[in-house]
Amino acid sequence: MTIAAGAFALGGILLFVGLAGAALLAQSTGSAGAGPLFDAYVWRITRFTLLQASLSTFLAILFAIPVARALARQASFPGRIWVLRLLALPLGLPALVAALGLIEIWGRQGLLNRVLSAAGLEQPVSIYGLSGILIAHVFFNMPLAARLMLAGIERIPAEYWRTCANLGMSSFATFRFIEWPVIRGLLPGIAGLIFMLCATSFTLVLTLGGGPAASTIEVAIYQALRFDFDPPRAIALSALQVALTGALLLILKFFAPAPREGETSGRAIRRFDGAGGLSRLADRIWLVLAVIVVGLPFAAIAYRGSKADLVRLVSEPAFHRALATSATIALVSAMISVAIAALMIRTERLALAQRRHGVAPRLFAGTIGASTSFILLVPPVVLGAGWFLLLRPFGDVARFAPAVVVAINALMALPFVHRVLAPAMATHAARTARLAASLGIGGFHRLRWIDWPGLRKPLFVGFSFAMALSLGDLGAVALFGSEDMVTLPYLLYSRMGSYRTADAAGLALILGLLCLVLTVLGTAGEERPPEGKST
Amino acid sequence: MSSSLHRKVLGRLAIAAASIAAFSVSAAAAEKTLTVYTYESFITEWGPGAKVAEAFEKTCDCKVDYVGVADGVELLTRLKLEGQGSKADIVLGLDTNLVAEAKATGFFAPHGADTASVKVPGGFSDDTFIPYDYGHFAVVYDTEALKDPPKSLKELVEGDPSQKIVIEDPRTSTPGLGLLLWVKSVYGDSAGEAWAKLKDRVLTVTPGWSEAYGLFTKGEAPMVLSYTTSPAYHMVAENTERYQAAPFAEGHYIQIEVAALTKNAKDPELARNFLTFMIGPEFQSIIPTTNWMMPVTATKEPLPEAFSKLVDPQKTFLIPSEEVAASRKAWIDEWLAAMSRN
Amino acid sequence: MSSTALAVKGVEISFETTTLAFDCTVPAERIVAVAGASGSGKSTLFNIIAGFEQPERGEVRLLGEEMTRRAPAERPVSIIFQEHNLFAHLDVATNVGFGISPALRLDAADRVKVEDALARVGLAGFGKRLPPTLSGGERQRVALARAFVRHRPILLLDEPFAALDPGMRAEMRALISDLHEEEGNTILMITHHPDDVRALADSVLFLDRGRIVAHDEVDRFLGRRDIAAINRFLGNEG
Repeated sequence: MTIAAGAFALGGILLFVGLAGAALLAQSTGSAGAGPLFDAYVWRITRFTLLQASLSTFLAILFAIPVARALARQASFPGRIWVLRLLALPLGLPALVAALGLIEIWGRQGLLNRVLSAAGLEQPVSIYGLSGILIAHVFFNMPLAARLMLAGIERIPAEYWRTCANLGMSSFATFRFIEWPVIRGLLPGIAGLIFMLCATSFTLVLTLGGGPAASTIEVAIYQALRFDFDPPRAIALSALQVALTGALLLILKFFAPAPREGETSGRAIRRFDGAGGLSRLADRIWLVLAVIVVGLPFAAIAYRGSKADLVRLVSEPAFHRALATSATIALVSAMISVAIAALMIRTERLALAQRRHGVAPRLFAGTIGASTSFILLVPPVVLGAGWFLLLRPFGDVARFAPAVVVAINALMALPFVHRVLAPAMATHAARTARLAASLGIGGFHRLRWIDWPGLRKPLFVGFSFAMALSLGDLGAVALFGSEDMVTLPYLLYSRMGSYRTADAAGLALILGLLCLVLTVLGTAGEERPPEGKST
Repeated sequence: MSSSLHRKVLGRLAIAAASIAAFSVSAAAAEKTLTVYTYESFITEWGPGAKVAEAFEKTCDCKVDYVGVADGVELLTRLKLEGQGSKADIVLGLDTNLVAEAKATGFFAPHGADTASVKVPGGFSDDTFIPYDYGHFAVVYDTEALKDPPKSLKELVEGDPSQKIVIEDPRTSTPGLGLLLWVKSVYGDSAGEAWAKLKDRVLTVTPGWSEAYGLFTKGEAPMVLSYTTSPAYHMVAENTERYQAAPFAEGHYIQIEVAALTKNAKDPELARNFLTFMIGPEFQSIIPTTNWMMPVTATKEPLPEAFSKLVDPQKTFLIPSEEVAASRKAWIDEWLAAMSRN
Repeated sequence: MSSTALAVKGVEISFETTTLAFDCTVPAERIVAVAGASGSGKSTLFNIIAGFEQPERGEVRLLGEEMTRRAPAERPVSIIFQEHNLFAHLDVATNVGFGISPALRLDAADRVKVEDALARVGLAGFGKRLPPTLSGGERQRVALARAFVRHRPILLLDEPFAALDPGMRAEMRALISDLHEEEGNTILMITHHPDDVRALADSVLFLDRGRIVAHDEVDRFLGRRDIAAINRFLGNEG
């Protein structure tokens, strides 16, 4: 039953993407074609795409490891929950807003350079170029990596830490033998996700890249579809992007197989290795560094936003409409995303459980896993344009726009929701599946008494992830943009495009606050009840 | 997850989806409607859209419906995607660079209007597209950061590389393409070398005007590629003369915004009336302080004082649309090669 | 060796709703069963002895030395839990090896010691196996092997047989008894089973609602009828 539903969902996703591609391919433009696909230009941007994405991923992960570890070891300092929330924020930020926030800190007139020039440095340090791209990508992805790693470390059974303490394992030994194996197991998934996000980065790469030498394949896709209106070329470039990145991720997966999920005892976790003076100092330094890197651009956004005429801004009908549109789209796409992710993870598990059937179920499960992540590589603009063509015969396309935008947003959030839900669902199933089956608890009762209480927290996290992502999204909406479907980021861009920078700053602040509210929702219940008294 | 819950969830989703679909269903249409496709900033609260609609509706006993997309380029993409099924009666907001491509789609019908009153620098006349406003591209600079702005494109190209400029990408934006054509007009076959020199002065190349102007107003660079009319906004709306356009001795490249009626306009007569209205004093008087572009015919009252302070280019460049369409790819390649060189 | 293995004196620790207070002295080389209903404070007592919890008041003396604030690893204590004693991603020999060097710096002699310890718990040749491939009883025996190589004078067993079937329980009891004979160590063992008490213990610490209400020689304990909680534990209800 569930397998059928999962297969249906998988088929739906593949069909959604495939139909869009087919529709675009069928669109014969009559244009002479923009020359051969794999010319020197495409080769160059492909190389750059892979280079910057690899470096970005590497740096984001390198930074995330000590941050995740510090958060795991220092489990009860005041404000810890706010650090977690801060780490969830960048996801919901439109790229343009992030770029300008980052400039306030790292730019030629930014905080860093003002400090440096006060210290006597004459020429400002310029980040435009690869370094700017890397800073922006670390800002976006280090927090994501740290949170996913933290979740992994927190799934380690509580007894391990007691055993480590009892055996007298040093901080380094604990990392090497206990934490690192867990992190290493998570790396293919995390690195893959970040690599895809960086490879498809567009606005950040162009704005901070310093020149067209810094272009990604995504730029060429956009160019092919928008300026040249050459859909077959856009499809070919998308295929190139999917194939190259996909191959790279497969290699990654081959070298670092997925982790064996430990069964946790559900016991409250307490660490004994973060109490020493040196560990505590190191953890503090990393946490302060993380808060600075992630928090300062937000502080800058908040500061600029607070100078806007917020009262007027929030009382404008245009704002109300945009808020309602954004909220509805985000809510519905997050619901769909979470539902599909949960269904597909369950199907994946069921398919893999039938060992005797051999290759077919494994292939099926693999396809499900791949489709939930590779979807990120399909540019939303391609999906949007494809569906525009498909829906054209059925009347005014603008009428279908909300549904298409919701679908695209739901799909784009899928990889994130999958990363959040899959381990939690595996642990939950290991804990309850047999018991529930033996007691004959099924259907609604199982959901109400067993699944919902056990999975409520990760479901909320996934949901808030998906909502934040979709709230900050511009890509899917832009193509369909009509007076009736103005979202908050769209409104922000349009203010920005009409010299109204103060309004745009105000809207950026509001968007940031909305994301904060969502992360508060998502991290509700993250505060652990103290196991004993705090020391 | 159990399948019974699934059905429930899906049911609820369907209802939710239906309710958002309801957003997009436009309000009850009046007897006669004129559907105008335009770019988004035309129809924002502060844009000309609402005033234009109000004024035109008084003359026609009809209702003006706008559909706004991101920008002029998106407008053409949208039309190509919609094909013959488009409900557009009027398309307003393409620029002259797109005219040849737009004509090639075969969606547009000759206007048949008298455009004798239309005056744009350099002159532009077409049987299908009618200009409604124009602006010149210009390097806008921050007077507080730059005391000695370049006086020509040559000075910009050869000037002090530590004085940076932010430009837009010709692959993704109209102003970016504008600068590309401007350099081409001035330098011709040696445009590549000019770009290679200018490269050191370019702080970064942004995907669109918004990012570039945002960086500029944050003080990241003292210069940005924008329009001669940009200072007017700061003078009128913000009461500051801090940001000024630099007049260039060689002349400036022009951007002319045009409109046309489509072949499948529901009421061609109404659409033609709109085009005539568009070059009349009512419409033209709305444009300067809402769209921040120059009018193409006489306005009812003189332009605000700020406009008299704007740069008035002595020479205007405009490469014919057909030539742009034919050579754009080669020119962009030339730009890419020069700008990517180390 | 001092004649007193451990002494808990006037120890108090507070949680949100309750305050626990412990006082007891355990002579060396004894096997003491620690019993009491769930929530009576058995695990907290172990946590205080092992150093996982710090009491607000009182002192903990191990082998005659004041150790109330010492880190867990500095105490002469090994501890084995009900489950998750082994790091599931590391093989059996590695897990035992941690008992010799917590940084896993093992020379050839150490590796022989690991093999010997495994042989002593009946798992010779299991060194390369991963914990998830072992049975619950085998995993507990590996944990015991690790305790062997550590040679700590005090061994805390936190319900080590709870997940095992009766046959395995008996086997484990025999193993612990052997270990005790050879090492002469002091063993405290939390248990819910009167059988364990009868078969293994010299004396019994009985806890009720955060207090140690009895500390008797095993014969005397088994004959007690005066405390309701002990009657419930021994099944003397009817």
